[in-house]
Amino acid sequence: MSKPAAASGRVWRRFLHHRIACVGGIVVALLLSAALFAPVLAPRDPTFLDTSVRFLAPFADSRFLLGTDELGRDTLSRLLHGGRVSLTVGLVAMATTVLTGAVIGITAGYLGSLTDTLLMRFVDTMLCFPQVFLLLVVAAFVPPTLLSISLVIGLTSWMEVSRIVRAEILNLKEQDFVAAARALGASRARIMFRELLPNAAAPILVAATLKVASAVLMESYISYLGYGVQPPLASWGNMLTNAQGYFNTVPWLAVLPGVAITATVMGFNFLGDGLRDALDPRLRMGP
Amino acid sequence: MIKFLLRRLLQAVPLLIGVSIIGFGLMHLAPGGPLAVYTLNPTIQAQDIERIKVLFGLDQPVHVQYAKWSSGIFTGNWGYTFFGGRPVLGVILERVPATMLLMGSALSVAIVVGLAIGVLGATRRYSVFDILATSGALVALSFPTFWFGLMAIYVFALELRWLPSGGMWELGEEGSILSLLRHLILPTLVLALVITATWSRYARSAFLEALQQDFMRTARAKGLSLRVRLLRHAFPNAAKPLIALLGVELPFLFSGALVTETIFAWPGMGRLFVDALTMKEYPILMGMMMFTAIFVIVGNLLADIAIAAIDPRLRLS
Repeated sequence: MSKPAAASGRVWRRFLHHRIACVGGIVVALLLSAALFAPVLAPRDPTFLDTSVRFLAPFADSRFLLGTDELGRDTLSRLLHGGRVSLTVGLVAMATTVLTGAVIGITAGYLGSLTDTLLMRFVDTMLCFPQVFLLLVVAAFVPPTLLSISLVIGLTSWMEVSRIVRAEILNLKEQDFVAAARALGASRARIMFRELLPNAAAPILVAATLKVASAVLMESYISYLGYGVQPPLASWGNMLTNAQGYFNTVPWLAVLPGVAITATVMGFNFLGDGLRDALDPRLRMGP
Repeated sequence: MIKFLLRRLLQAVPLLIGVSIIGFGLMHLAPGGPLAVYTLNPTIQAQDIERIKVLFGLDQPVHVQYAKWSSGIFTGNWGYTFFGGRPVLGVILERVPATMLLMGSALSVAIVVGLAIGVLGATRRYSVFDILATSGALVALSFPTFWFGLMAIYVFALELRWLPSGGMWELGEEGSILSLLRHLILPTLVLALVITATWSRYARSAFLEALQQDFMRTARAKGLSLRVRLLRHAFPNAAKPLIALLGVELPFLFSGALVTETIFAWPGMGRLFVDALTMKEYPILMGMMMFTAIFVIVGNLLADIAIAAIDPRLRLS
């Protein structure tokens, strides 16, 4: 089921009119390409130690554009490689969140009755725990690898997505095309994933974008508390933890990764907000 | 109303059971079980671990342990800490006042400032102020709380030396209200930032919706002043989603408090949780999960009751 051309053109126009969303889109594109090409862009090996050049300030030495840390590692290279790690965790966690949330939301919404009640009570229960508490307990149990951290973040944040998807499915399943598919003898799984899922794509896309933002934030929280990405692998979160030890004397070490995290989270938040405005059918009906 | 209360209370029961199963299950999924921490200690022999197992009842089947533990939750016996053998509930309750003080003051700041920004934005939709406030809120939501806290410490405690960088009291000034207030300012502002942003967004949309209702036009036609229209007519209608938000936001408030307390060495529940995590104090972790979850359930219950008290339609249906 693809949208008519006029509708998708309208979505584009709405999105481009949304200046903040465009800024977000550009920031996200820049960050993703920086992460993708980090090995090419980074001037040095991010783990290379050189104790003769410790704590160089940004722009003080032409060889080290953004200065060096307590072990003489190049901050710019570490930021680029750290971004690769943080964004990977963010994207994999988002995929886990969206996949889990969508499957549970569709199952609950389409099957209804007891399945719906049980699944949604489970969602309610999970939402009673503060996410950072849940995240830290589980993160402390599993050995911290990039994959395990992403999965833990993803599996503790899918609940809102499943609610959004369920609400969408409840609206969609009463429509004619579902009845038509059923009349044609389509199986339950086919109706759920081939008919209903594509039609719920818009709210899922918005939720996915916003989830990357929160996953990057969560990675930085657990890395900062020591349960996330482990050194020597750099992530923005653990760069901040490192920097905290020299905070009184060299504050810029803490400023830079924080700015990187904020810019990333902001980029995805702006993008998601703009997408919501562009895709929300209720707003589309307005003037 | 009594019928509504009873129904709402009954709905909380499966939640409580679910929460206790997940909390209990998590701790038993821990690698090596809840006593794994002792196996790392060279002075503790295998037979000692067996003895501790019997002592804590860990040798019994899982469902027996769960039944014992969950009935203890209601009778106030939340188990004992591994180190020092102190009652878990007591250890947690000791930390509650500090966290409640921090969360309460941050929430008050956030509600007042967020409401003001939201109402101004809704009444002057698409004005410069509104655009700045809505994008500003989105920026504030993107700040990592701990980084914002570190920056606040750097500027206000290390550079300007206006405020202390952490803790609750100056040494030797324990109990002094003035010292407490000085220590409270920075963590409150840091925790309030994100909540204020959320509140301003929700308040804006709640008021926008209320302002578009027919009764607002009627009120204007009657010649009522803007102040009366906002306070008497728009506010009660916008208040419902905002009270609901209060309940929904509780888990985020706890999460934020955990991070804020860690940065500012604030001796509350968040710090207790992080410390318990490093020491693998499973009884405390389990107790903290239960405490926050029960708090959230009760908070949502109260929010629903408050909404029903405002809106007669909900009570009667």
